[in-house]
Amino acid sequence: MFNRQIAAFPVALALLLAACTPAPKGNAPTQSGTAAEQPQPGGTLTFIVNAEPPSFDGHRETTFALLHPIAPHYSTLYKFDPNDLTKVIPDVAAAMPEISADKLTYTIKLRTDVKFHDGSKMTSDDVVATYNKIIFPPTGVLSPRAGAYAAVDTNGITAAAPDTVTFKLKYPSASFATNLASPWNFIYSAAKLKADIHWYEKNIMGTGPFTYVSNTKGQDWIGKKFPDYFGKDKNGVQLPYLDGYKALIITDASAEVNAIRSKQAAIEFRGFTPQQRDTLSGALGTSLAIQEAPWICVNYVVPNTKKPPFDDVRVRQALTLAIDRYAGSTALQKITIVKDVGGLMRPKGPFAQADADLQKIAGFGTDGAANKAKAKQLLADAGQTNLTFKFLNRNITTPYEPVALFVIDQWKQVGITATHDVKETSAYQADLRAGNFEVALDFNCDFLDEPDLQLAKFWSASGLGKGLNFAYYDDATLDKMIDGQGRETDPAKRKALVADIEKYAMDTKAYQYPVLWWYRIIPYLSIVRGWRIGSNHYTNQDLETVWLGK
Amino acid sequence: MTELARPAVRDADDTARRRYLESTGRRRFVRFWREFVRRRPLGTAGAVLIIVMLLTAAFADRIAPYDPVEIRFSDLLQGPSFQHLLGTDPFGRDVFSRIVYGSRTALLVGFSASFVGCTLGLVLGVVGAYFGGKVDQLVQRLMDVLLSFPLIVIAIAVVAALGTGEDKIANVIAAITVPIIPRVARVVRSSALSIVNMPYIEATRAVGSGAVRIMFRHIAPNVFAPYLIMLTAFLGQAILLEASLSFLGLGVFEPTPSWGLMLRGAGMQFLEQAPWLAIAPGVAISLAVFGFNLFGDSLRDALDPRLRTA
Amino acid sequence: MRRYVAGRLLLMIPTLVGVAILTFVIMRAVPGDIVALKYAGSPVPQSVIDDERHQLGLDKPMWAQFTDWMGEIAHFDLGTSLWTGHPVVEEILVRFPLSLELAIIATLLAITIAIPLGVLAAVRQDTWTDYAIRLFSIGGLAMPSFWIGLLMVLATITFFGWAPPLVFTAITDDPIANLSQMVLPALSVGYRYSAVSMRMTRSTVLEVLREDYVRTARAKGVSDSIVVLRHALRNALLPVVTVISLEFAFLIGGLVVTEQVFNLNGIGKLLVDAVAHRDYTLIQALVLLLASVFVLINFVVDMAYVVLDPRIRYS
Repeated sequence: MFNRQIAAFPVALALLLAACTPAPKGNAPTQSGTAAEQPQPGGTLTFIVNAEPPSFDGHRETTFALLHPIAPHYSTLYKFDPNDLTKVIPDVAAAMPEISADKLTYTIKLRTDVKFHDGSKMTSDDVVATYNKIIFPPTGVLSPRAGAYAAVDTNGITAAAPDTVTFKLKYPSASFATNLASPWNFIYSAAKLKADIHWYEKNIMGTGPFTYVSNTKGQDWIGKKFPDYFGKDKNGVQLPYLDGYKALIITDASAEVNAIRSKQAAIEFRGFTPQQRDTLSGALGTSLAIQEAPWICVNYVVPNTKKPPFDDVRVRQALTLAIDRYAGSTALQKITIVKDVGGLMRPKGPFAQADADLQKIAGFGTDGAANKAKAKQLLADAGQTNLTFKFLNRNITTPYEPVALFVIDQWKQVGITATHDVKETSAYQADLRAGNFEVALDFNCDFLDEPDLQLAKFWSASGLGKGLNFAYYDDATLDKMIDGQGRETDPAKRKALVADIEKYAMDTKAYQYPVLWWYRIIPYLSIVRGWRIGSNHYTNQDLETVWLGK
Repeated sequence: MTELARPAVRDADDTARRRYLESTGRRRFVRFWREFVRRRPLGTAGAVLIIVMLLTAAFADRIAPYDPVEIRFSDLLQGPSFQHLLGTDPFGRDVFSRIVYGSRTALLVGFSASFVGCTLGLVLGVVGAYFGGKVDQLVQRLMDVLLSFPLIVIAIAVVAALGTGEDKIANVIAAITVPIIPRVARVVRSSALSIVNMPYIEATRAVGSGAVRIMFRHIAPNVFAPYLIMLTAFLGQAILLEASLSFLGLGVFEPTPSWGLMLRGAGMQFLEQAPWLAIAPGVAISLAVFGFNLFGDSLRDALDPRLRTA
Repeated sequence: MRRYVAGRLLLMIPTLVGVAILTFVIMRAVPGDIVALKYAGSPVPQSVIDDERHQLGLDKPMWAQFTDWMGEIAHFDLGTSLWTGHPVVEEILVRFPLSLELAIIATLLAITIAIPLGVLAAVRQDTWTDYAIRLFSIGGLAMPSFWIGLLMVLATITFFGWAPPLVFTAITDDPIANLSQMVLPALSVGYRYSAVSMRMTRSTVLEVLREDYVRTARAKGVSDSIVVLRHALRNALLPVVTVISLEFAFLIGGLVVTEQVFNLNGIGKLLVDAVAHRDYTLIQALVLLLASVFVLINFVVDMAYVVLDPRIRYS
């Protein structure tokens, strides 16, 4: 496809492209990460954020638009290793937590050399105040992710010593330790929180590698190196390498490309489309590097089980069987940011089933024609040979529009007429929440391959899934299965339990099912070094180890 | 228009008069256009563009070589060739066919929005001018409110409240109609005011004609020239507005073939790999609006040179 | 005269009140709310949503929300943005200089192009000069300005490897950086704007040229250019001024698509974002601001008529 696209260009340019452009395949970083290079300190990194952060409080918000400009100001207890983003390493913690034999007590030693930007020393009090705000928010304080720490006992977070924090759990939790590496859990100052618990919504003061300089609304965010930052690299060089950074807020897709193309910005950390990548690699040649990786983001087809005929499992199965995901993958990866076929867990991730097992699930097989025949049969059995409905979608081009058009076309091939019902994001959300639709294209993004997160949409709609489960079913059996895997601390056994859930939720009951998983593509100026792409756009954003080559 | 019983004699009179007017009207009509073509080359060029567009829309199914909505991933993003005159889009759909069918969307949105908007504006303008006083004040204030209200908020509100999507073009039309109304009402009102005070209107009123009859039999036909001119002017503007709204993701939606929509997202993203995707619809929009403006301008010069519609 | 001015000023009040009510009603009638949008796609329980709605006062009855807002306006308090939590005034003040400057530059550009060309077209009516100028101006009305803008950026970046700066610099700080950001958007907007003004100039000049006093002057042997400049243009200018001022009022908040394409941090983009976010306080403030600008400019234009044209007398 790459060749076909450049065929429209003058031959000379095409040759130039073929000669200079790294093939946009493979996940290996083309420029950064090579061990031989010695990081050079200095310089200012300019990067793009394509939305504006709402408040400045990471505990409160859920958008990456907050993390990209603001995460460099803060540290967290643990974080994901910038060199291996599946591994958790200590940040302000001194070591990995000590877990008691009953798996209910986590004891965490803290570094003693951590300073806030105002010069005060960070102690266990700050960590306790931070986590109490996140897990047990007082009235009037919002903490959307508090539910992820439901296992933590009330009053269970204590400062055993100035350099020790303990967490007591009510029951064992498989995801608790990794949730301590959540990129949202900025360590705040206990003193600031005590004076005003809302202080961090409009102010910045952390222990991270960069201090706050300025912020112009709708335009930019500027930070500079914090000289007393605790981090050192393996050679003992003071981190961060950069003198500072500048985040530019650019919302328009073509303006983003122009910014990198004219070298006014070096990188955008969320992701570009294949066309944006090809435009940039065509224009910039070797001064562009590209990293790509499967993404923990996915679109679901969600039939509203409260609206007939979608209360009929055969109809729901027919809808998923009709979608030839492998054919879709081949076509759609050329035009938008989706690629891999997967179940409820990210393909190639630690919880993903083997392809052979996944292909046994309805709609995930490779024989598209057979699946379509089966879908037609199911529709006939259900008496729905002329099924017509509205397919609710949001007015965002990438990747919602191509994904929806693909699905509608697939359905058309089994005799289903789906009308594309596109709504502005707010109105779309309102319809989802009111159950005011027949079938919808939903989406989900997470910072971690973690069944507790990816299965959150699958809890019963009137129980834990309220406001998340837009298929609107209540299923005690499924609730029990989701709860069960969350308590299983043995990774292999847990994986098997998750596979059972996939079979049950996507096939047996066919409640809601993914179309294709997203694929993250980051084309950037090759002067940016020391940054490695991960499976999500939330983690690895403190810019601690990023540096600029020439 | 009027349900009042009238004496039979007057009916007979009316019929005779109408017949006379129609015969001379037809003759005048022919003479007007002959003159128009001779003296106004730009306007004639505009008229030709409009006719071409109308024919394209009418015979879209004959002209377009492919189904404009059929997805064929095997053919995606092909350059212009004999099979695909303007290439294909990311879904393998024929761009030329989508442009051809897009003329239907453009004309539908343009005509409906402009017609409804201008007609409502006409009614409000005439009503305000005829009644004067409190009614006029009320109408004027309402029009002021609409005029000073940012277009984009109205558009987003209509589209968000009523939804878009392929079966809801009417909502896009409604969004575009609203801002047209006050602009027309203003112009119509000022034209109508000069007529309301003419002696013959007084006379008709004295004879006992109803308000509705006077407004629509006697005043409205006299402001028909500005109405017609504005109708063509706003037609072009409506097509442009549809393009802007669709570009912002607030207008017509996939898979409906629409020029504005073709510029959005895909058109711009593929600007370099597939320039035909962004150039063809842009040119189509420009030509269409160009045609309506050229024609409208010359029509104004011919009918009512004093009328100012920007 | 004084009574007329006072009456005219008083008339602004019902208009602005109407705008306020309309904004309030329309925005509440539109489905979707800021909290649900903020947490879209995140596994956030309903209780968090309800809490935040309560904090923002969105769970109060409509009439209470409306009276609260009216009370605040009476105290010249526009409230805080529901999205960022910062005062609405701050949000607007950051963007206003850019929008104002762009509107001014585009206006200057439009005037310099429109008036000479408009006069020329009128004087040479129905010649090829006239046709060429009219084609040029109708072209400006016909091409979507965002499309021209995008093609211009693409052209400069492809041929010169240059794109306008992405960050606004005040003209007082660095005029070059400031102007290089403004030049392309000003051109793409100014073309359309000049087309509108040029058409108006042409038709009013034509009209004046037909007036008796101009014919008399010509008959007296006064040279054509003097007739046009001294007599026709001066008297033809008023309607042109009207068009230019109304267009100016529109430019301040209406450049939604252009601002997006050139990544300009202006009022139009702020308004669209505010509507997309359902940021009620910010929308209400912005709509009132834009409506006030519009109404005030209208007022100034009317006053200009009274001052400039001795034939018009208001009672």
